[in-house]
Amino acid sequence: MDLLEYQGKQLFAKHGLSVSAGSAVTSVEDAVAAANEIGYPVVVKAQVLIGGRGKAGGVKLADDEAQAREHAQSILGLDIRGHIVRTLWIEHASDIASEYYASVLLDRQAKQPLVIFSVEGGVEIEEVAASHPEKLIRRHVDSLAGLSRREAIEIATEGGADEDVIEGVADALVALYEVWSEEDATLAEINPLIVTPAREVKALDAKVSLDGNALYRHPENQGLSDSANEDPIERRAKEEGVQYVALEGDIGILGNGAGLVMSTLDVVAQAGGRPANFLDAGGGSDAAKIKQAVELILANESVKAVLFNIFGGITRCDEVAKGLIAAFSDLDTQGIPFVVRLDGTNDVQGRELLAQAKLPGVHPAKTMNEAAEMVVALAAGKPVGAPA
Amino acid sequence: MSVLVDETTRLCVAGVTGKEGAFHTLNNRRYGTNVVGGVTPGKGGQDVEGIPVFDTWEQAAKECEPNTAMIFVPPRFAADAILEAAAAGVELVVAITEGIPAHDELRVYNTLRRDHRGTRLVGPNCPGILSPGKANVGIIPASFFEQGNVGVVSRSGTLTYQIGNEIAQAGFGCSSIVGIGGDPVPGSSFVDILELFEGDAQTELVVLSGEIGGSAEEEAAEYIDASMSKPVIAYIAGFTAPAGKQMGHAGAIVSGSAGTAKAKAQALEAHGVRVGRTPTEVARLAVEALSGASSSAS
Repeated sequence: MDLLEYQGKQLFAKHGLSVSAGSAVTSVEDAVAAANEIGYPVVVKAQVLIGGRGKAGGVKLADDEAQAREHAQSILGLDIRGHIVRTLWIEHASDIASEYYASVLLDRQAKQPLVIFSVEGGVEIEEVAASHPEKLIRRHVDSLAGLSRREAIEIATEGGADEDVIEGVADALVALYEVWSEEDATLAEINPLIVTPAREVKALDAKVSLDGNALYRHPENQGLSDSANEDPIERRAKEEGVQYVALEGDIGILGNGAGLVMSTLDVVAQAGGRPANFLDAGGGSDAAKIKQAVELILANESVKAVLFNIFGGITRCDEVAKGLIAAFSDLDTQGIPFVVRLDGTNDVQGRELLAQAKLPGVHPAKTMNEAAEMVVALAAGKPVGAPA
Repeated sequence: MSVLVDETTRLCVAGVTGKEGAFHTLNNRRYGTNVVGGVTPGKGGQDVEGIPVFDTWEQAAKECEPNTAMIFVPPRFAADAILEAAAAGVELVVAITEGIPAHDELRVYNTLRRDHRGTRLVGPNCPGILSPGKANVGIIPASFFEQGNVGVVSRSGTLTYQIGNEIAQAGFGCSSIVGIGGDPVPGSSFVDILELFEGDAQTELVVLSGEIGGSAEEEAAEYIDASMSKPVIAYIAGFTAPAGKQMGHAGAIVSGSAGTAKAKAQALEAHGVRVGRTPTEVARLAVEALSGASSSAS
């Protein structure tokens, strides 16, 4: 779960990292009022989960009320590569002497947290890694012990932080590590971590990803995330506990198990089709859950055909068939054709139920590949022959 | 032979008194797995259809001497259950539980490495391990698999069934099917399991089924090239996954170019591993390689 900049900064402040005081607002009037209260100059920053906000005109400096109003007007509603700006963060503009970079993340390969520090902040860190790898300090931390202040001082020193701010940078690193470990984050990043002319070390931006599986430990973090910019069907699916990801195409996909569904998307794409979604009905789905999943798939108006690809392990194919039959009796499927491939636990019973129900527009398929070809043809409006 | 589970397995199950736990434990026993006990704090002294239940792993270890643990408890209790089983000296822990926080997985992985080097963890968020004809520990539907000479190691459950079923339909069987799980910090990696298959006399070929996210497939590619004599056929799911989206498995997050299906397939192919583009093609390549191997051997 990715957090907006201001949400990340709130977590930073909670763990003692220095950030500028500011205000999150959703209207021009509130933006102006916040700016007046904070005192000029202020920075007006678009709150969206995508990089390159500055280049897209989403971050602007205002010296007075008129400018604050003008910038708030231009940035609110701005479309930054598909992300509509609905929230602004207004903070007092900081004077900058140096821009550093710091992050803590889970290194899946080493299976340890990794602290990265560089004095080349304020730019894409991937670019620094490519052009000046020597200016990037990477240090694995023993997750059972945590990051000690001594290690943090070593990192700041090795990384070439100005001598008079080594202590300040070390404090920031320890606090950032605490955010990562105590908030169950998978990533906590500051770019830039600035040094002000008064030699204060401060987080000017925040990029934090929290582990959704650990939210039960952090009820206070449950409301975070950019729900306003979420795909509406994805949001509904999340509320209903269904794994659904919206995609760009016109073929609705339902399968059981994340790997099998990903594989189904690939096979449909190879057959020349474009999947409209990823939907993992999960293990052990009953008829009610299948019906609910069909509703979600059909809520996407781009869908022209639907593919069910089930390999039953815990999931029973007869339950899947019952769910599909219930969906057809309770929902308007708008004549959208379905291709259904059932294999695995109780597959014979499932296929028999479907054959007896004679649902309009439902085509049984024998294999995953055959199913993919059929659904691609149907989505293109071509008839498919009655399966042998 | 086979790997990890077989006739010598003595299984004890954390969460045996839960609905799912009981269902799958009994399924495993019906398959022939030697289930010696279960652990549920507060329910010691009870039994699940004759399977004795203990309050702690320490008691279970003393009373029924399990060498394998299966973890079926909810996510918030799973990390401690794994570590308790390890502390009681159980050699193999198979964690089925899905949704364990990544930081808990990290704590478990590093604690096992530091304090319990004699314990191997498979999973979490995995379907378990099946050695056809010998033992089943987990939720893999055993009826689709025959005994044979193909080793399967996979990050995904249902995808494993799909590939295994196609191999079975072509007339081949499996030595063992090992699900390592789709989480960011799995207890065992592809390399760990490939090592076991390399050393297993029954296994003649290995099918590796990977997916987007992380670098486990790339590490496997290097290991196969450097250290394996047996042929490996690979499959990678997620070619059409959009960047930055999570596709169900917490491990399957693609960010930027690293960790994409394409990069993984290229890494494997660069190290001489054949990669099938569909599960059907993987099965076909495996069957081809096996037929070639048996005709050249005869």
